[in-house]
Amino acid sequence: MKEHDQPDRLVLVEMYRKMSLIKQNDERFRSVVKSGRLVMPYYSPRGQEVIPSAVSVQLTNDDYICTIYRGIHDMLAKGVPTKLLWAELAGRATGTCKGKGGPMHITHPASGVMVTTGVVGSSMPIANGLALAAQIRGEKRVTIAYFGDGASNIGAFHEALNMASVWKLPVIFVCQNNGYAEHTKYEYGTSAVSIAARAPGYSMPGVTVDGNDPVAMYKAAGTAIARARAGEGPTLLEAKTFRFQGHVFGDVDAYMDPAEKAAAIAKDPVPAYRAWLISNEHASEAEIDMIEKAIKQEIDEAVEFAMASPFPDVAELRRDVYAQEVEA
Amino acid sequence: MNAKLEMLNTIQAVNMALDYAMGNDPNVIVLGEDVADREEGGVMGVTKGLSTKYGVSRVRSTPISEQAIIGAAIGAAIVGMRPVAEIMLMNFTTVAMDMIVNHAAKLRFMSGGQTHVPMVIRTMTGAGFSAGGQHSDFLEAWFAHTAGLKVVVPSSPAEAYGLMLSCIEDDDPCIFIENIASYWIPGPMPEKGVRIPLGKANVVRKGADVTVIGYSRQVHDIAAVAEKLAAENIAVEVIDLRTISPLDTETILNSVAKTRRAVIVHEAVKNFGVGAEISARINEGLFGQLLAPVGRVGSAFCPVPFSKPLETAFMPSQSDIEAAIRATLK
Ligand SMILES: Cc1ncc(C[n+]2csc(CCOP(=O)(O)OP(=O)(O)O)c2C)c(N)n1
Repeated sequence: MKEHDQPDRLVLVEMYRKMSLIKQNDERFRSVVKSGRLVMPYYSPRGQEVIPSAVSVQLTNDDYICTIYRGIHDMLAKGVPTKLLWAELAGRATGTCKGKGGPMHITHPASGVMVTTGVVGSSMPIANGLALAAQIRGEKRVTIAYFGDGASNIGAFHEALNMASVWKLPVIFVCQNNGYAEHTKYEYGTSAVSIAARAPGYSMPGVTVDGNDPVAMYKAAGTAIARARAGEGPTLLEAKTFRFQGHVFGDVDAYMDPAEKAAAIAKDPVPAYRAWLISNEHASEAEIDMIEKAIKQEIDEAVEFAMASPFPDVAELRRDVYAQEVEA
Repeated sequence: MNAKLEMLNTIQAVNMALDYAMGNDPNVIVLGEDVADREEGGVMGVTKGLSTKYGVSRVRSTPISEQAIIGAAIGAAIVGMRPVAEIMLMNFTTVAMDMIVNHAAKLRFMSGGQTHVPMVIRTMTGAGFSAGGQHSDFLEAWFAHTAGLKVVVPSSPAEAYGLMLSCIEDDDPCIFIENIASYWIPGPMPEKGVRIPLGKANVVRKGADVTVIGYSRQVHDIAAVAEKLAAENIAVEVIDLRTISPLDTETILNSVAKTRRAVIVHEAVKNFGVGAEISARINEGLFGQLLAPVGRVGSAFCPVPFSKPLETAFMPSQSDIEAAIRATLK
């Protein structure tokens, strides 16, 4: 495979903007949940910011993603408006899904977020369908299926990879391997030496990349995206990363190795990348400060918007069940 | 039952039942996601301590592979083990539906009785936690509709204990549904080893005016409403089904023959739910004796919504139960 091009300065900075957007939103979500102002199950993607940022800078609104309960980073990187996301997570009528989906079920077609699922392993078969539609219609869209390492043990993963390979679907299976599936450490639940090692069984490229290295991630994703756009079929991309928080917000994470966790946090990819951008003169400190400040303001506004928005009307129970309203 | 004064909750009760069964019978094994102590004995800690006591060979944390979990339990059960397989949340039974419905439920029948599947599927569910559409469903009607399965729904710690022991000893596959919202409701400690038979409902409260039938968490709501109505001299007889399949029609009909009025309450959506089946049985058995149509209370016919006010409106409330009871008294 031809190596993908080096990202230019604008792209490098845009990747950082997405990462900072995710990190700041995540921190705010956690503090608001902790304060009790927002009640929701929250699955922090802290530590995994690089992956969807490096993927999404290479996607357009027309490209699709399917993601999972731990997916606010994927959604934000893909362009779901912060305001609408906050409103949805607060269960408000103004949210992406009128408050009816909630954090594990975000859909926002305008930005290409087609499915967010809480059932482990179900993003991949559905991503195939999105890719199939694009293939049949001759569109240049690609579809990304995001999932975790644990999800690759579900039957649906194996069925989906096989089918995508047979049909040469324009889909990229992006496994965010954060080392844990809920409480279970990778090696206790997964027999393969790597997730990528499973790809040859389905005759597709399997690539393991450091998911915390923005440039490496950008190149690996770019290669897979180019392959999919050219009609050459799917890629299984395993992005190695680490989850800084417990599985779900509030989980005490005693099952995690504290040394491993401390080491990963010490290498936090977001500040590391920020420092790298500055020291390599891709961006000035002032430019980055401005980006961060703008994001902070965007979040302030989103929180205010969400909290001031009304809850959905009870009549919503009868709507969207079928095309026609039902008797509840 | 000779309850001691000590109290415990359903998490502890199920743990004690598993502990008792594993201690009694080496064929009892536990498998499921995160169930061993290295993974903290499950998200709710229901299986905590068991792997330390009985070893990780008998208490196995599995990959996230629901079809493989149920498949493995079926295979082990066919050859005489008594697996207790945990599906973390009831919604994920859908991932293993082929194994449960086409295999576990039918192997006895399809093999002409040569094999059978003495396994328990432990699972939990319930709305009220803003977990949204894919983590909160009561799907008991699906399983009750499948011949070959037994469906068990405890409403108290002692019942969870006694019913779990019966499920483990039962020679057929049982689905044991724990209600998250009632996990921490305390109740009296069961006596060690006391089984509660499957298929036998419990008359929780005697009354002559109307029979209210429910199960799981709703039994607590029904009891509260019954208490309130007692102040107005409305005597509600409350039946806790304990098992949905087999259904204790006899206890239901005996009660309704006396009160001549009935209301059925469950958290699952009302449409095509367990309430419809019970209502039909009451009509078949007591048509002409009823003083009012059988009332049904269930959730709204939509997926469990995320937004708090919608989720609250979705679920049956005590006032819904009260209104349904009053409607039969008009
Ligand atoms: C079919 C199914 N089984 C179990 C669960 C419960 N569960 C939620 S997240 C999770 C762990 C998934 O781990 P992984 O795929 O590695 O993703 P991560 O959370 O690490 O991003 C489990 C077991 C579920 N949601 N769906």
